Amino acid sequence: MSVTNKESEKKYLLDRPRFARGLLVLFLLVAFGTLGLDLFIERHVEHPFERLVGFYGIWGFVSCVVLVLAARKLRNLVMRDEDHYDD
Amino acid sequence: MTIRTGDISAMVTDMPLGLPLDLSVIGAPWNLPPSMIFFAGAILLLLAPRGWIRTLILLVTPAIGAINILSLGAGDMWDVQIGNLELALYHADRLSLLFGYIFHVAAFFAVIYGLHVKDKVQQFASLAYPGAALGAVFAGDLLTLFIFWELLALTSVLLIWARRSDRSPGAGMRYLAINVVSGLLLLSGALIMKSQTGSFEFGFIGLGGLASWLIFLSFGIKCAFPLLHNWVTDGYPEATPLGTVLLSAFTTKVAVYALARAYPGAEILIWIGALMTFFPIFFAVIENDLRRVLAYSMINQIGFMVIGIGIGTNLALNGAVSHAFNDILFKGLLMMSMGVVLHMTGKIKGSELGGLYKTMPVTTILCIVGAASISAFPLFAGFVSKSMIVLAAIEEGYTFVWMVMLFASAGVFHHAGIKIPYFAFFAHDSGIRVRKPVPAGMMLAMIMAAGACIYVGSSPGLLYSLLPWELHYEAYTLTHVITQTQILFLSAIAFGWLMMVGLYPPELKSTNLDADWVYRAAGPRLVRWLSGQIGYVNEAVRTGTRDQLNAMMEFLNEQAGPQGVLSRAWPVGSSAVWVLLMLVAVIAFILI
Repeated sequence: MSVTNKESEKKYLLDRPRFARGLLVLFLLVAFGTLGLDLFIERHVEHPFERLVGFYGIWGFVSCVVLVLAARKLRNLVMRDEDHYDD
Repeated sequence: MTIRTGDISAMVTDMPLGLPLDLSVIGAPWNLPPSMIFFAGAILLLLAPRGWIRTLILLVTPAIGAINILSLGAGDMWDVQIGNLELALYHADRLSLLFGYIFHVAAFFAVIYGLHVKDKVQQFASLAYPGAALGAVFAGDLLTLFIFWELLALTSVLLIWARRSDRSPGAGMRYLAINVVSGLLLLSGALIMKSQTGSFEFGFIGLGGLASWLIFLSFGIKCAFPLLHNWVTDGYPEATPLGTVLLSAFTTKVAVYALARAYPGAEILIWIGALMTFFPIFFAVIENDLRRVLAYSMINQIGFMVIGIGIGTNLALNGAVSHAFNDILFKGLLMMSMGVVLHMTGKIKGSELGGLYKTMPVTTILCIVGAASISAFPLFAGFVSKSMIVLAAIEEGYTFVWMVMLFASAGVFHHAGIKIPYFAFFAHDSGIRVRKPVPAGMMLAMIMAAGACIYVGSSPGLLYSLLPWELHYEAYTLTHVITQTQILFLSAIAFGWLMMVGLYPPELKSTNLDADWVYRAAGPRLVRWLSGQIGYVNEAVRTGTRDQLNAMMEFLNEQAGPQGVLSRAWPVGSSAVWVLLMLVAVIAFILI
């Protein structure tokens, strides 16, 4: 059997709070760093919308929230039992 | 600016290919059409008496194929005459060659991935199916294309049936039926075209008469156009681990190739493609089977390619085909990593997985490479191809489509980039601990695919030198890198925030209804209802007719039966009186 049950003794990487927190901080730094860069760097702009500082980040964030909220609604509509078609 | 008409084949540049290994000097008489090498390998494999010989054939066939295709290059060869029919087996330009090369790579990766598989059916399909795909991309006429189009369906369905689960026979049959219908549409279109133009030649078609629409629809089914897409999400997740890796590489990419050849610049494709990038991501977010999430994600990626083909400028078309090239690499890698999860744990549902990084760290990292590639992170494969299509959309003034693509890009990152690795390897700890090592072939194939994703992403020069249309493009500008990183990181923050506040839909055991409901539930129900109605009408007509006949028989019996009025014996005297009266009546009638 290649699969055994959970054991308690071993600590894995993300179980260490310091490592997990460090990863999160690094991530946030990069995220807001790219937003910050927008203030200082003259981006090449093709479309007027792009002139807005942080346009891409804002649109990305909004998209994801809309996506998830809409998907929750969709689930109410289309979700059935796992064996719905196996009658 | 846009190129909306003209022969696309003529526009494909004939600049020398930038291959690192030019074997055209070989050009030896041993050259064969690329598909034939794979078919020969597949047949030999069936005849091979021992397991190690089959393994050898599996490994050697793509290698011979690679040498063959590298020494073939562009040109028209092997126009075979069979009876009245002429089949053009090898018409190659840079467009078909690009797909030919990547198909060899994909076949090789898949063979390595499946080295532990001893099932003859899967082994046969892992050579025959790529063979059919190669036959299709080098087909010079519609009839040859049709033959390989149907062979694609017949050889690949084996990979679904080879799962031998309760669901695989039904899923395979639905997959086969839809794909065969696609072939029949292609054949009908081809025959009408032949009667109109006198030729089966396969080149630029463009949307016009009935024939072109039939062929367009045929390509559309194989390309998973909206509402015609469920054979992908229904069939692929029911295949074996090796099967899904193979399936994700070939059929839909052949369709993308065929669209790029026949319908570049057809504006309707822009809108179809936009829809394809858009709707599957909602399903992907709520889907529990992680390989089905990837199947939805695949439709989304093909959507980008379809948009590119619809825009039809050199930049857009190059973006479309190079995105197909890259999708084969990163979708293959993601399917491989999920196949490993299924192979090692027997589970593939998000609700049953989690915490696997603890015992499968290398698989986790390789899956993340695939996730970064499909999300188009800078330095990973998707970045260097998707950005071309997005840029082309702005350049041509398709603002709405551009916004949809950005939305879809964030969505891809959400469901494929984060969801797949997160629910399989992190999330809540399912308690599953994998003790056995991952089979060496599976691991090696994932490493090679991940290497390819990083290589293409970080130095796209080789890919760009193989592209069919002239290209002046720089992927790594500061603007591209910053904007793309912004989208991705802010999407990740959105994911984290939605998780924290509990808005993110949890993974639940479920089936989600989609367009396939029409033929999996509504269709059968309609047929049952109709047959019920027919039975009812049938019964009513039968009893009605029987009752009428009975009534008539009774009447006749009354009149002419033994006791009937007409059967009574009449006395001679009264009969004579009656005859006389009738005679008088007749004479009177005549005289008057």
